[in-house]
Amino acid sequence: MSNRIVNWFRFASPYSFYPLAGRMMPWFWTLAAVFGVAGLWVGFFVAPTDATQGEGYRIIFIHVPASWLSMFIYLVMAMWAGIGLALNTRLAGMMAQALAPTGAIMAFLSLWTGAFWGKPMWGTWWVWDARLTSELILFFLYLGFIALQAAIDDPRRADKAGAVLALVGVVNVPIIYFSVKWWNTLHQGSSVSLTRSPSMAQTMLWGMLLMALAFWMYSIAVGLKRLRTIILEREAHTDWVRNLAEVKAPAKLTKVTEVTA
Amino acid sequence: MLAVMRRDLLLAMRRKTEVLTALFFFVIVTSLFPLGIGPETALLRKIAPGVLWVGALLATMLGLQRMFASDHADGTLEQMVLSPTPLFFLVAGKNAAHWLVSGLPLVVLAPLLGVQFDLDPESLGVLTLGLLLGTPVLSLVGAIGAALTLGVRGGGVLLSLLVLPLYIPTLIFGAGAVQAHTSGLGAGGHLSLLAALLAMALFFAPWATTAALRISLE
Amino acid sequence: MLSASNLTCVRGDRSLFAGIDFEVGAGEWLHVRGANGCGKTSLLRLLAGLSKPAHGEIRWCGQPANDDVFRGDLLFLGHHAAVKEDLTALENLQLASSLDGDELSREEAVAALRRFGLQGREDLPVRFLSAGQKRRVLLARLVTRKAKLWVLDEPFTALDTRAVQFLGTLIGEHLEQGGMAVVTSHQAIPIAGGKGLDL
Repeated sequence: MSNRIVNWFRFASPYSFYPLAGRMMPWFWTLAAVFGVAGLWVGFFVAPTDATQGEGYRIIFIHVPASWLSMFIYLVMAMWAGIGLALNTRLAGMMAQALAPTGAIMAFLSLWTGAFWGKPMWGTWWVWDARLTSELILFFLYLGFIALQAAIDDPRRADKAGAVLALVGVVNVPIIYFSVKWWNTLHQGSSVSLTRSPSMAQTMLWGMLLMALAFWMYSIAVGLKRLRTIILEREAHTDWVRNLAEVKAPAKLTKVTEVTA
Repeated sequence: MLAVMRRDLLLAMRRKTEVLTALFFFVIVTSLFPLGIGPETALLRKIAPGVLWVGALLATMLGLQRMFASDHADGTLEQMVLSPTPLFFLVAGKNAAHWLVSGLPLVVLAPLLGVQFDLDPESLGVLTLGLLLGTPVLSLVGAIGAALTLGVRGGGVLLSLLVLPLYIPTLIFGAGAVQAHTSGLGAGGHLSLLAALLAMALFFAPWATTAALRISLE
Repeated sequence: MLSASNLTCVRGDRSLFAGIDFEVGAGEWLHVRGANGCGKTSLLRLLAGLSKPAHGEIRWCGQPANDDVFRGDLLFLGHHAAVKEDLTALENLQLASSLDGDELSREEAVAALRRFGLQGREDLPVRFLSAGQKRRVLLARLVTRKAKLWVLDEPFTALDTRAVQFLGTLIGEHLEQGGMAVVTSHQAIPIAGGKGLDL
């Protein structure tokens, strides 16, 4: 048993995780493609036309999974950042930094698709309902995290400061969601709600789940890719990075100049 | 803790201009809205809670940097972190002083400005009570952002980006309280939620601020 | 007793120093020497607990040096004069003391400032003092506070010869009473009982 515990911690350094991430990535890309194709097929061909909303509603197959992922990624990001802060490890902090842009993109996608849904359905590009507004605020939280890490030069301080911000954000997200819901129910202006959809047909649910899985696999794959880039950047001064094939490749250029000189 | 509070109050008294500028900002910003929107009293009465609360938020934001920046620059922040007194209490003292200097004047000014918007006395009361409960939350939560962005490039604007999303619940409950009152629903629910936010902020925000300070000083 | 083992400090991706070990016992002091930028200040900040080392640990009397007990025994003076410009010398000194937990009466504070040559200037806002005088305001804490470990980063900067001599005597007395000190300085410090550490 203790052997397996030791094994996991072996991957906690950038040096050992880098090749592992490289091996894992193709699997996740494949899974993302498979789930994506399945989900889109279900969403656009199998799911029935909605009685009240016609064909345009199909955008929820992107909108809802994107929202779910944006919230899920924030939690995961905060978790990794927290682990990095508590255990003072570098890789966890790098993971949080790698996930943030994907989460922000998911939030942005959710907002855009929400707008595209709203326009043909209710005639307005933006609806101040609880979900969309919370999504907007989540987007701001992501931007804040990214901006803070970008503004701090020292990577260790950036990791830790981002961790504090992410943890404060995680505590606040339920509060923000609750307050926005409260605000929305009191200002019962628009009677439409993107969340209050009629009881969904089974197929619709399946479509959304498949797309959610697709987005999840995609996020992991792209997160790993970004993580590898961050590792290369931050560990650029170490021997093992300098000896990597992809880092050494530009050496070909020096050969050419030697010949011409 | 009282010593730190006393010190910050003394410093603020000796540098009155900084404090007064933020207050004048509050006055000017809230006066801009009627100028931009139009003088019909019915409309003004409707937008008043939102305008006054957003003004208070922005005025608090202006003063947040002041909390730690000068101490960081002249080295006294280091001394505070190294003091045998737990940093939690020192931070609480600084927060208290900041609120007394930045938040409390807003609470006092708000009813006067509310009159500009033709709010009735009871609504003014709800507004003031809401601000009294909410401005400490703004100071406490803002301190976390101020500590995180110490000495960082683009500090002021970055601080706004970090902190304003976290201010939104306070804004919603505070402005909502006045609106609930004017529409006859009673402000009790909103105000108790504000009080709950205050209680949570009092206990948790200083911890986050101390962690952020230590990180910024490394 | 202060002990450090295997201390490593990393700034950005440069390793400033690695594997530093030393011990400072009662009555001893450590002179940290080295060129500019080699990490003297970083080492002192590590010892004070302001930053965490990449590797290694620091112990005070056998316990890890990161709790309030350690901070109670520590007096750290860094590069900054650590005084508020808008407060008077007296207020600064009294405030610094109350932050440390001991209240200083006006007479005691004035007496301390007088020992450092600041008589007559106690009630001036520090803004009006020269750089050397500003540093002396906080050096006055050395006499008002009973701390066992003094960690002083370039304490002799901006001091005139008389003040330098006075500070030297003060450190000497502190060591005789069983205190410890870690000092960085470009100049040679003529105090007995010193160990050298070259970075």
